[in-house]
Amino acid sequence: MSEKRLLFTKDHEWVLVEGNIARVGITDYAQNELGDVVFVDLPAEGDTVEEGEGFAVVESVKAVSDVYSPVSGTVVKVNEELESSPELINESPLDKGWIAEIEIAEGTQLDDLMNAEEYQAFIKEA
Amino acid sequence: MMNKTGVPLLFEISTPGRRGYRLPDLDVPEVPLEELLPAEYLRQQEPELPEVSEIEVVRHFTQLSRLNHGVDVDFYPLGSCTMKYNPRVNEDVAALPGFAAIHPYQPEETVQGALELMYNLSQYLAELSGLHSATLQPAAGAHGELTGLWIMKAFHEANGEGHRNEIIVPDSAHGTNPASAMMANYKVVEVPSDGRGGVDVEALRKLVGPNTAGLMLTNPNTLGLFDENICTIAELVHAAGGLLYYDGANANALMGIVKPGDTGFDIVHYNLHKTFSTPHGGGGPGAGPIVVSEKLAPFLPGPIVVKQGDRYVLKQPEKSIGRVKGFYGNFSVLVKAYAYIRSHGAEGLRQVSETAVVNANYLMHHLKDLYDLPYNRHCKHEFVLSGRRQKEQYGVRTLDIAKRLLDYGVHAPTVYFPLNVEEAIMIEPTETETKETLDRFIAAMRQIAEEAETDPESLRSAPHYTPVGRLDEARAARQPILRWRKA
Repeated sequence: MSEKRLLFTKDHEWVLVEGNIARVGITDYAQNELGDVVFVDLPAEGDTVEEGEGFAVVESVKAVSDVYSPVSGTVVKVNEELESSPELINESPLDKGWIAEIEIAEGTQLDDLMNAEEYQAFIKEA
Repeated sequence: MMNKTGVPLLFEISTPGRRGYRLPDLDVPEVPLEELLPAEYLRQQEPELPEVSEIEVVRHFTQLSRLNHGVDVDFYPLGSCTMKYNPRVNEDVAALPGFAAIHPYQPEETVQGALELMYNLSQYLAELSGLHSATLQPAAGAHGELTGLWIMKAFHEANGEGHRNEIIVPDSAHGTNPASAMMANYKVVEVPSDGRGGVDVEALRKLVGPNTAGLMLTNPNTLGLFDENICTIAELVHAAGGLLYYDGANANALMGIVKPGDTGFDIVHYNLHKTFSTPHGGGGPGAGPIVVSEKLAPFLPGPIVVKQGDRYVLKQPEKSIGRVKGFYGNFSVLVKAYAYIRSHGAEGLRQVSETAVVNANYLMHHLKDLYDLPYNRHCKHEFVLSGRRQKEQYGVRTLDIAKRLLDYGVHAPTVYFPLNVEEAIMIEPTETETKETLDRFIAAMRQIAEEAETDPESLRSAPHYTPVGRLDEARAARQPILRWRKA
């Protein structure tokens, strides 16, 4: 997965937009800070999500963290492999560790999201 | 399956036919169990219990206990947990038959001493908090939080303001605060910290409003810092119609020095198992009494003990939210806390807090050049270092530092909390440690800081001298083995 195609949030989620579908996961920086992920609480397909609100939960040996949705819309697909292999988030955060695909609600703006370069600058500052 | 500690399981040393005791011959007529119990409750096979002698059992558990670390073994600077020494006199008092052998269904007239103790303890907690009345029922701090929030809710509803649905919680809060607010059906609103580690007052000003039910605050907070703006914070929340909840997790810093009620708090909980020295951390149970202001007193859970003439009676407060625990709370914990308060006296409790604060500042002063100190100002009873320098320069994480400390015979501090400090190391020495112990801890932390530079690998693979080495915590969480099974 090329980082160049991804957009990023200040809460360390990434989003890949293709058409009206947004695939969402957490960034390499986020998984590194969390440490070994031991459980992922996935949303259900059909759930509606609001931009900026928690829609999944990632639990590591260190902490339990909400994953905030970068877009508003409806969950159309979840990565069920995370149920048995939560370590995919550590091993492949931007690819095999994706969490859910969300059908983006009409009128959703993506303006607040950062590109890869901006995100790298953001985490250096943090 | 022999575990790594070298102590075999009871099942592994079991020998068929071996017994730890012999029952005397039956001297009453035998009744078949089938006549007493329905068939579905009778097991069809013998239970498979380990067959061992008494001394094998004693040695097994004694050996296991020697693999453990507790405050009776060595230093236990677990930040936010107040792992102080638990004086043995507390245990003596709690074991008195008048406390240990009474029953909660006994008539009030026959347990006047126990009721007097509960009444007095409530009074002492009210005096320490600067508030009006207490319930001793909650079983722990988080239970006190939930009870306090229910009281808050009942109060707002009684005033026709049941629409207030937001609880404001700082980003440095214990995780129990937002969790309790969610449990009480509130919406959690987070307020950030300012540059000095306290609540960002300007941010708070924008967050309070007609939906504010209250604010939960730990003071000193989880950075061990006293919030200097507490009076302004209280004014802002009260002006918006909200109430202030004091999380007493860090009350060990303030006894006899600051009364939370004087700084504007309406509800306070105390962790008796922390501040008032009753065993906790696997050895519980705890107790989390709450004290409230006069206007909230009618809503307290009941029954509470009141004094009528020279008699003590149990009474339900007028608009009580109901019981929050069976009977009267964890009574023996209340007795131990009472013994602690009485054996120290008012002046002694103040000295406890003063010494706790001096000990923490002594450690902080000697460690602040070895590790980063994000908030460099006088602390209260605990302080938070950051291991970010060790992480960035040598690839040694706070977890590695914590694990290495075990090799020096001390319990690791709290790590990765509070969440607003990167690679946090939270250290709370408590007042019960000697200067020699504190110096030994400083020496260990200095040694570890040097090892991070010269031999980082030894930290990454630590601990080396404990009964078991570095555990695979991720695998333990992903594939837990919760009980022994016969091979």
